[in-house]
Parts: sequence; C-alpha cells; structure tokens
Amino acid sequence: MRHVISALVMNEPGVLAHVAGMFSARGFNIDSLVVGRTEDPALSRMTIVVNADDRILEQVRKQLAKIVTIVRVRDYKDLPFVERDMALIKVATPAGKRSEIIETVDIFRGRIVDVSPNTLMVMMAGEEEKIDAFIDLMRPYGLKEVARTGVIAMPRGSSTVSAPDDETGAHAIGGVTAKREALVKPPKGWHADKREPTQEELEATPPG
Amino acid sequence: MTTASPIGARGGTSTPATAKTAAPITYKAITTDQVSDLQVIEKKVDANGLPIMGHPPGLSTRLVGKTGSQILIQMLAEHGVTDAFGYPGGAILPTFDALYDAKINFILVRHEQGAGHMADGYARATGKPGVVIVTSGPGATNTVTALGTAYMDSIPMIVFSGQVRTYMIGNDAFQEADVTGIVRPVTKRAYLVKNVRDLPRIINEAFVIATTGRPGPVLIDLPVDVTTSKIEEAVDDTPHLPGYRPRVLGHSKMTKSAAEMINASKRPVLYVGGGAVLANAWKEVRQLADKGNIPCTTTLLGLGAFDENNPRALHMLGMHGSAYANYAVQESDCLIAVGARFDDRVTGNLKFFAPKAKIIHIDIDPASISKNVKVDIPVVGDARLCLRDIIEHIQHVERTEWFDQINAWKAKFPFTYRDDSKLAKPQAIIEAINRITQGKAIFATGVGQHQMWAAQFIRWSQPRSMISSGGLGTMGFGVPAAIGAQIGRPGETVIDIDGDSSFIMFPQELATAAQYKLPVKIAILNNNFQGMVRQWQQLFYNSRFSHTEMVNPDFAKLAEGFGVKGISCKRKEDVDKCVAEMLAYPGPVVVDFLCETNENVYPMVASGKALHDMDLGVVGQAPAPTNTARELGSLA
Repeated sequence: MRHVISALVMNEPGVLAHVAGMFSARGFNIDSLVVGRTEDPALSRMTIVVNADDRILEQVRKQLAKIVTIVRVRDYKDLPFVERDMALIKVATPAGKRSEIIETVDIFRGRIVDVSPNTLMVMMAGEEEKIDAFIDLMRPYGLKEVARTGVIAMPRGSSTVSAPDDETGAHAIGGVTAKREALVKPPKGWHADKREPTQEELEATPPG
Repeated sequence: MTTASPIGARGGTSTPATAKTAAPITYKAITTDQVSDLQVIEKKVDANGLPIMGHPPGLSTRLVGKTGSQILIQMLAEHGVTDAFGYPGGAILPTFDALYDAKINFILVRHEQGAGHMADGYARATGKPGVVIVTSGPGATNTVTALGTAYMDSIPMIVFSGQVRTYMIGNDAFQEADVTGIVRPVTKRAYLVKNVRDLPRIINEAFVIATTGRPGPVLIDLPVDVTTSKIEEAVDDTPHLPGYRPRVLGHSKMTKSAAEMINASKRPVLYVGGGAVLANAWKEVRQLADKGNIPCTTTLLGLGAFDENNPRALHMLGMHGSAYANYAVQESDCLIAVGARFDDRVTGNLKFFAPKAKIIHIDIDPASISKNVKVDIPVVGDARLCLRDIIEHIQHVERTEWFDQINAWKAKFPFTYRDDSKLAKPQAIIEAINRITQGKAIFATGVGQHQMWAAQFIRWSQPRSMISSGGLGTMGFGVPAAIGAQIGRPGETVIDIDGDSSFIMFPQELATAAQYKLPVKIAILNNNFQGMVRQWQQLFYNSRFSHTEMVNPDFAKLAEGFGVKGISCKRKEDVDKCVAEMLAYPGPVVVDFLCETNENVYPMVASGKALHDMDLGVVGQAPAPTNTARELGSLA
C-alpha cells in the first residue's frame, strides 16, 4: 500500500545521506523522496512516499524517528492530507496538433511556460495520478522530456507535523520549545501518566 | 617485574607485589552492590534521562582563549572522563600535545581498532562511556569495526578523530577520508566540526547521545584548524537536539497491564537482554523474578543480569542456549522481554517462536518494538524504571506445575560434555576456570565456540562481568576488551577466554598490556581450528573443512616476545594447575590450553529451525518433550 511520510529534519549536511543510507541498509524501497526548506531556516522537510505494508511502514517511521537529526516524523496513514506533485513536461508539437495539446493542458489546469517552433513546455501541479494521466495523454504527440518534483504533502485542518514538543511528553533537548531547566531537573509534577502513550503502545492496549 | 607503572597509581594498584610467592589464589571479586556504586552514569542522569553535566551548559566564558584541543581535554574532565584510549598521528597532534599535560589516564594502543574495543570493554565493565582519540584517514577508518561492534551492542562510546584542515577537506589531502560518511551507519551520530565555536556544544551533545536512550557510539571529526584555533568570546554549549527525545518512564497504563498479564499467566518466562545491564536494572530483574515467582533466562549479553545460581535461573537461551530455557520459552504463555531485541540467534525460526505466549516487551528503543516479533504489551522506557513500576503491581503466584516442568527439563538436559578425549575438552578448561574463580571475575571473550562454552559453563552471577561481542560477532575482540575492562576496574581479575583464531586476529595489544602492566589473564582454548566454522562445515557442509584449519604460532613464546608471561598447557592433567598459575601471576599472562579439535557446541538450533527443535548432541537424545514441540514439529 502506498504511504506518505513527512519528516522534519535538521538543516545540516549529512542528514539526507543518513536517511538514504538507512533506507538502503534496511532494504526499504522508496518511491520518492523530496527535501525542501520550511518556514524555519533551521529545519527542512522531507516527504517520503513508500510502497509497503503496515508492518514495514511502522519500521520505516520508527527507524526515521530514531535518527538523531530527524526532529519529527509523521505518517499520513489515518489523516486527511493534501498532496501535490509538480512536473515540467516538454512535448513535441507535430504540425496541426498544437492547439489540441493546449486544450488538453487547459483541461488539466496546466500552464505553458515555454514555447519553441516544435515543442511546448507544460508546468503542472496536482496529485501524482493526475500528472500520470496527463503524461499518458501527451505520449502520442511525442514526449521529449519529463521532470517531476515528487510528492510534497501536508495534513488538512489545523494539525501540523511540527507540533510542540510537550505534546509527546518526552522532552526535546534544547529544542524549539524545550526550556533550559529541562536539562538539569525534571519539570514539576512529572510522572509517568503525563506522558502520552506512543502509537504502538496505544495499538496494543488491551481493551479496558 | 615491579609495581611501578608509567601511568601512576591506577595502573600500579592492580599488581600485588607479593603475589609471586603467594600459593593460594587471591583476587578481589566484587559484589553486585559494589557494581551499582560504580555506575557513574546512574548518578549523572536525571528523571528525564538527560545527563546532568559536570558543568551546567549555557553561555559560558570559561573556555575563552582556549584552543580546540584544550577545550576538548577540559570538557572530557568535566564529563568525568578519567581514561581514554588511542593512537597519535599528524592530524590529531594538537590534541595529543594538549594530552601531554592532561591528568587523563591515556592508554596508547597498537591499532586503532584495539582502542575502540578497549573503550568498548571499558564501557561494558563500568557503565561509563569509553573515549577514543585517533588520527585522520587510516586512524579513523581503523575504528570502524569497533564502532560497528559497539553500535550493534548499544555501547556508549565517543571517538574523536583528527581530520585535515577544513579548507583541504574534499581535496584528497594526505590521510584524508570522509570519516563521517564512512561511519554514519555504525554510529548514533557523526559530527564534523567546522568551527571551534561549535565544539563545546557538540561535545556536550555527543555525551548526551552516547549515554542516553539506547546508548551507542558517537564520532566527532576534528579538523586541525579547529583543534588549533581559539575561542575568542563566550559560547553557548547547550545541546541542541530538537529531534532527540529518549523515553525514560514507561507509560503507567502499559506497566499496569503488563503486571496484570504477568499475574494472570501460568507459565511466564523472563527473557533478559543486554539492555537490562545497560540500564543497571539487575536488582529490578531479580525483584521481579523473586516477587512474581518467574523463571528467568538471559541472552548472551544479558548474562550476569540475573544470578544463575538462583533456582529460577534458566541460563542462556537461543541457538546455543540451554534446552530448558528454549523449551520454557516455547511453552510459555507470557514472555517478558527486558532490554532484548528478539535477535535471530535467540528466536530461531520466527514463525514458530513462543507460539503460545503473549509478549511483553520492555525496551527504550521504540524501533525495537514489534520489529521481529509482534508484541502484545510494549513498554517503552528505561528498563530499570519500567520494571520498578511493574513490580509494584506484581503478585506472588505459586506456579508449582510450571516449575516442576522446568526442573524436570533442567534435570534431564543440563549443559554437559563427554570427557573422552586424550586432549583436554575445551569445556573442561572453562569449568576449571569457573570452579577456581567461582565465576567471580570479569570475563571477556572472542567469538566462536569458546564464547558459547564460556556462556554455558561459567555460572554468571555478577552484572557487567560478561564482555563479549554479541551483535556483530567481532573476532579479536577479547584481548583489547579485556584490557579496557582492566583499566576501568583495576584491582579486579579480568580473564579473556579466547579462541586461537580469535586471539591471533588481534594479538598486538599484548604490547599495550605489557607497557601498562595490566594483569589481564588470557586463556586461549587452542584447537588449531576456527572451531565454530568447523562445526558448521561438519554439520552442514559435509565435513569439507574449507580454510578453517589454523597453523598457529607457539602462543606462549609469542607472549614472551611481547614481554607477557606465556604458559603452555599441553596435557589435560595440567589444566587446573595452569589455571591456578594464570590466576596467581601478578602481571599479564597468556595460557595456551591445547584442546580437543572435534568438539561441537550443543545444544544447537540450526538456522531456520524452531527454537525447541534442537540438535541436543551430548545434552541428550530425548525426543521433543512437549506437546507444542510435537505440534510444531509436524508443522515444520
């Protein structure tokens, strides 16, 4: 099954290599991996698409979270989210076919960003399937070149991947919201119940 | 030999001057209570699992005007580092210059891998992180095997490696290597320091990462211009690790349901791994077993976490574990894993592993939960604290039937061997060592048959007394690890039980033992073969012994060449005498015990077989003794 995972990572050299290395070392296959900047210059976001069953997905998520430079991991398994892929598509324009192609581009809400005597470059954003469909339609005319960004994604509503640290109960060390005091003494009233159960703990809780 | 030591009191204390003439074997053994006093880590971690540092982190002027090297040395002291291991070289010379005046007890090794294994052995024996300082290029790449060994077994270690100047990086300079790139898969974190201002923070982070959560090695790559340039103004050395949140306390709902499940179970088994040792949780393991009346088995790395003289002990489980531990696990209705990771050497074929059991898994690493085996109740947190919460709710349950069954298995299938060869049986040599020391020493091992026999025939009773490469299975680990353990616990008896092939893979550190007069005892079980590989070739490759026979040097003479006492033990009647002589000798000593070649380790669960489906060998020819075994037998 196809899963989209979002990871906030520290914007440091070697993080991408670490993630890529972990995937190859553990034999996980990735469909796409996109890295880009976020609103916080110290953080980048990786959006990873994997095709795997739930057990593998769980391991991918946990192994990602285990990497020290990865700040937060979220998989969009049970979450409504928006995903977008963007593509630049260069298509040949055989004699008399140009307007037909432009019509199709309009239907798909793409934009023509470059024109030459016998080619067009189309920019298109949307879900992967839509772009796949458009590319298939362009094939008969003669696809010259395709460049795709891979999927980026974000949960719908007010939920975010970069939730404050205290929600997990475990205290990030020197994190955005962690206070200095956390380093030397435990916060007042700290006891086991304060910690939210982890996903796997919740799943395994016997009823009652 | 004199008691004077080039490293002062620490090295000298372990060499009793009069021992040469003393007939009775005297050595100090420590009790479990004393071990917990050794736990510096325990005192340095607060309830959140965050280390309380020697110097409170924050904006500080204390390092102003100091070079990177001086900062490194000062901060090592602030973190309570008293010993370090390493080897100099061009790119790390500034740091070695600063070491010249430092109070730190620095051990010069003969190979950087040895430094890594020593730091590893040191960490396993003391609970403190091991520290390694090596040069760039080959110096750093030589530590990779040691890092891998420590990473697989979750051992806290920090390696400082030299690096070429920052502006030369990427130019294929002399002794340059992309070290952070090379070690990334075998470290918890690898840093390349680009500016001396970052160094204090990075050192603090390294100690946090190496010693908390699931511990592991960290590498810090130090370019020459970083170690030579000075900090000009106050710097903030607060660790910045927004993505690092080790869980410490188990969730109360989980610990409670775990306790309820244990109370309700009829045939529970405690399965204790190296994590229990790392978490200093041996008292809690004991309490849980005693209070709940639960039999307890340990993994190779868990040996010592539960006193094997306790009637509830099932000894080691797994591929070469005891038949009774394996049967108990397969028959169990509630398996309580503590700091263990369901390694394939423990579980056998996963499809048939503990088929009747509900599984409770206590582990600090969430990624270990349900990785190999589907877990029913996961408890994520520090083993010690989680166990305390569980013990609170535990009730004593009689379980007479279960213990009767276990005791019947124990009576029927004890670890055993036939003493029927002209040469000494390797098991007999280990038995002799165990008998004479009463198991109260620190034991290091190489990897292979001798390692398994040591696990089987030593009655482990003390935590942090088993120092062995479990996950990676690094041959040659024994000698340097024993040296590291001896540095960490001077005055105690450290015995390396080694194989001839494991020993000869890393013998050069004998020179280190001689230089620092470290009284490590090295007992080589010499069968002139790579015994474990030979066993597999015999059993699975039609006795085609492809490249496993060793032509060995005279180990006693080799030792003498290093300035280490060498003893040859060629006859089986001499075994006891030689063991006694080895233990009585006040300095480093190598004993070459010639032993029978054609001896196999039993029981054995062959690859792909279910855990109860053992080749019992001499342990017994009994049929599979349980209903489960029969049911599963027909499935397999």
